[in-house]
Amino acid sequence: MIRALLLAGLAPLCLAAPAFAQSMDHSMMPGMKMPGMTMPAKKPAAKAKPTAKKPAIKRKAPVRSTAARRTQPARTPDADPHAGHDMSGMQGMDMGGQQATPAQDPHTGHDMSAMPGMGASTGAAQDAHAGHDMSAMPGMAMPGDQPAAKVGTDLPPGNKPAPAPAGDHLADRFWGADAMANSRENDLRREHGGMTVYQILFNLAEYQARKGGDGYRWDGEAWIGGDINRFTLKTEGEGTFGKPLEQAEVQALYSRALDPYWNLQAGVRHDLKPNPSRTYATVGIEGLAPGWFEVEGALFLSDKGGVLGRAEGYYDQRITNWFVLQPRVEANFSAQDVPETGTGSGLTDLEAGLRLRYEGRREFAPYIGVSWERQFGDTARFTRARGDNTGGFSFVAGVRTWF
Amino acid sequence: MSRVLDRRQMLRGAGLAGGGLALSAYMPAWAQPVSAGIAKPLPTVSGADITLKVAHQMMMIDGRQSHAIGINGTVPAPLIRLREGQNVRLHVVNELDEETSIHWHGLLVPFQMDGVPGIAFPGIPARSTFTYEFPIIQSGTYWYHSHSGLQEQEGHYGPILIDPKNPDPVQFDREHVVVLSDHSFHHPHYLFDRLKKESGYFNRQRQTLAGLLNGKDQSLKERLEWGKMRMDPADVADVTGSVYTYLVNGYGPKDNWTALFKPGERVRLRFINASSMTTFNVRIPGLPMTIVAADGLNVRPVEIDEFQFGPAETYDAIVTPPDLRAYTLVGESVDRSGMARATLAPREGMAAEVPPLRKRPLATMKDMGMGGMDHGTMDHGAMNHGAISGAAGSMAGMDHAAMGHGTSTDTMPGMDHSQMNHGAGAAASGMAGMDHGQAQGGAMAGMDHGSGAMPATNGDQMAGMDMGGMSHSMRDFSNAPEVKKGPGVQTISPMPVDRTGDPGQGLENVGHRVLTYRDLMALDRNPDTRAPEREIKLHLTGNMERYMWGFDGEKLSENPDPITLLHGERVRVTLINDTMMGHPIHIHGHFFELVTGKGDHAPRKHTVMVQPGGTVSWDVTGEEGDWAFHCHMLYHMHAGMMRVVQVRKAGEAAA
Repeated sequence: MIRALLLAGLAPLCLAAPAFAQSMDHSMMPGMKMPGMTMPAKKPAAKAKPTAKKPAIKRKAPVRSTAARRTQPARTPDADPHAGHDMSGMQGMDMGGQQATPAQDPHTGHDMSAMPGMGASTGAAQDAHAGHDMSAMPGMAMPGDQPAAKVGTDLPPGNKPAPAPAGDHLADRFWGADAMANSRENDLRREHGGMTVYQILFNLAEYQARKGGDGYRWDGEAWIGGDINRFTLKTEGEGTFGKPLEQAEVQALYSRALDPYWNLQAGVRHDLKPNPSRTYATVGIEGLAPGWFEVEGALFLSDKGGVLGRAEGYYDQRITNWFVLQPRVEANFSAQDVPETGTGSGLTDLEAGLRLRYEGRREFAPYIGVSWERQFGDTARFTRARGDNTGGFSFVAGVRTWF
Repeated sequence: MSRVLDRRQMLRGAGLAGGGLALSAYMPAWAQPVSAGIAKPLPTVSGADITLKVAHQMMMIDGRQSHAIGINGTVPAPLIRLREGQNVRLHVVNELDEETSIHWHGLLVPFQMDGVPGIAFPGIPARSTFTYEFPIIQSGTYWYHSHSGLQEQEGHYGPILIDPKNPDPVQFDREHVVVLSDHSFHHPHYLFDRLKKESGYFNRQRQTLAGLLNGKDQSLKERLEWGKMRMDPADVADVTGSVYTYLVNGYGPKDNWTALFKPGERVRLRFINASSMTTFNVRIPGLPMTIVAADGLNVRPVEIDEFQFGPAETYDAIVTPPDLRAYTLVGESVDRSGMARATLAPREGMAAEVPPLRKRPLATMKDMGMGGMDHGTMDHGAMNHGAISGAAGSMAGMDHAAMGHGTSTDTMPGMDHSQMNHGAGAAASGMAGMDHGQAQGGAMAGMDHGSGAMPATNGDQMAGMDMGGMSHSMRDFSNAPEVKKGPGVQTISPMPVDRTGDPGQGLENVGHRVLTYRDLMALDRNPDTRAPEREIKLHLTGNMERYMWGFDGEKLSENPDPITLLHGERVRVTLINDTMMGHPIHIHGHFFELVTGKGDHAPRKHTVMVQPGGTVSWDVTGEEGDWAFHCHMLYHMHAGMMRVVQVRKAGEAAA
């Protein structure tokens, strides 16, 4: 113990004396394989050993290394070219960061380009690592300073093959196979990743104040299932107060997780409105795009042969942790004119909205915002022919809700 | 016994609540007193026959009533005090209308007494009694909790203290058990359900536009880079102080549980993290702590000012308060969204200043498993960064300050140059241009002295350091051939490093001594010092968006093969964290020796925190049985982050 304390006391001295530290030249690290790096000077290593050994003894008492740490304030940058080279945080050490102390440290950045010369007979090169303070590195395994065999956890693992899994369950012997089988299913599998979850979400459920008659709009989705396979219902629609429902659709989809962010969805869509109603086979994807954009795209093949498309995206911009601004865009396309439903080919309509919601409770977030809708091409022509509006601005107020 | 406050306490509480109102405008919520301090010791049971009744109950937290599942009417459950060498019979009476169980966390028991339904036994059915019986062959600080559903979150946990047969090498005048936990006034299924539907639900400390405009947190460029990767650096804890009240021995911060001492006494504090989801930063401002035991087993004393511990870990610390004054014991949630608070005082009713919560940390590139990359010196032009191409700006997340350049001469644990094999691709010419001083060290980009911190035996982790074709894609399965590709794996750490020398997320620059695993060294020689016969690599994987968690990309519900060991076989297990969250990994029925360069005095633990994007290796000797192995974040386990470890005698194992 006394010896150890002496050593601990000695440590700062060593640190302050480049002469000692010199001996820590890298040529003593035979394991340091740096291809292409020549280390011609093996000789100085021999004379270096005694000084290197002392710190090695220290390893056995890490408690003291803490003590040593605290008794080392005397280490000045002047005495040590690498004073700035604190190894304490070196786990993820970023050499570039050393530029923070260029003034004190002639070897800022640990310039390894000097390394070929390192360990050569020139004292200067060795000195370059004076501050490399190996003495206070308890875990540092340098083959040179520890002639004794490695023990315990220092030993490397072998490569014996793993035993094959046994098909039985040991607990069956104590508690009965039936009870355990039941417990494995109900207590183990179902309770550790096998649960069913559901969600019902209305991203939009709002009142729209606009010229030519206020209206309403909704856009929602519900799902139930596990992590990979889910049954999904989607619905959206809109109307004007005092008039019949203008648009309403429901989709029933099988949804399957493709990767961490995207779901493939396929199923049917049925439009209740406009008349005449249509039914489509649908396939689409839904997910989170890089940059946190919630994105959805789908193709619809109607029972009359027409093809429609839809792309939708929104982004939740947190203004604070309570107020969220959601820009949102939805565009619909058609591959052909469908006069019966008032649909023209090409881009049929576009909605762009900006909604600010308050997430006092995330499940029930009231919002206000603006929405701009417009029809295009033949779709707009069909609408005008009916004497209806082809779009415009609305002020909206609603609630984003889920449970 | 009962946690229902008696009349006198109620009156006192009411009086103080009045005072508290007056103060409330000036004091943060956790500092508003409800009581002057409650110096009640934990109810204790002991002996050879112990009865534990599991039942619904109400409990008072900071003057508010909450439902709980407790044992013998208390939360935490009563302290079970045993003596090494005794036999114990524990009669568990289940008064619930659902199945329950008790797992003896850290106790070495025959596997069929281990208490995990579906692995060790079939559980304890509703309204029935089950008797556990086993010999006590160890001593130290442990705990027990339900392994059924999410009951643990509801209060079904308690401390175990086993006095040693031989004289305790740790001298102390007085001891206190300090059980830290997280309590929600919501049902745990509600919490889990929210996480499944919106994983960031409980995080009210995310980065915001207002923050950006005020120059807080990441720069715009960094935010865009992280956004591109769909990673949220503010995602430090899944369930936070927005819905948790952090407890000490069942008391809220305003209750102010108080541990008494006389000045000059050596006080042994037995810290148990019995929380479901909370990693705590523990400190007692003004009072250094000397860690003397980790996970129940003695370690060489090491003096520190703060330590971080994950759910299920325990530390014993000696403190010697010198003065006749009160000290505040702070258990701060890792994301700094709240704190558990207690007081050490010479008498009941004293209190010390409660420090404010510190700034919450943000995840860094190292937390994403890029610890092995030296971004400061990388030539971004020459390398394939995958998603983060050319993102020099995003590297600011790397904590340069943590390196403390030019300040202290700290130890550099585990730096092992002999293992710095720079990979097969390291052509001689590649090294020629190696110049760490300049930003053009591209040819040597992977060389990072940080990676030198890898344990001596893990040189092969450097395999990813192929100078030629280094890919830093955040989801490159060639970096983890063991992992099953699927939606459950959001990221693969491209260059994970051993982080046992790190103090824990957010504690790199706190200005005082913080415990790391590398500070720990077993007091006694390890019982098994053989070299491991093989290595098992396990990846901790997850998808924060879908709230999926598993090992090697598989959830327990998917019926993955068990991890197989032979009885008596010595194996090295290397855990690679491919996620951006810390995971406390626990193996039942075993202690393992951490590989931190401590040879045959490696610290022995039952639970180890694998830091974000980091690795941990440990050696373990197989003990016959089927054992649970899981992340001790309750909702991670519930989401599937669990495996069965199957240990069989050589003759009985399948060929």
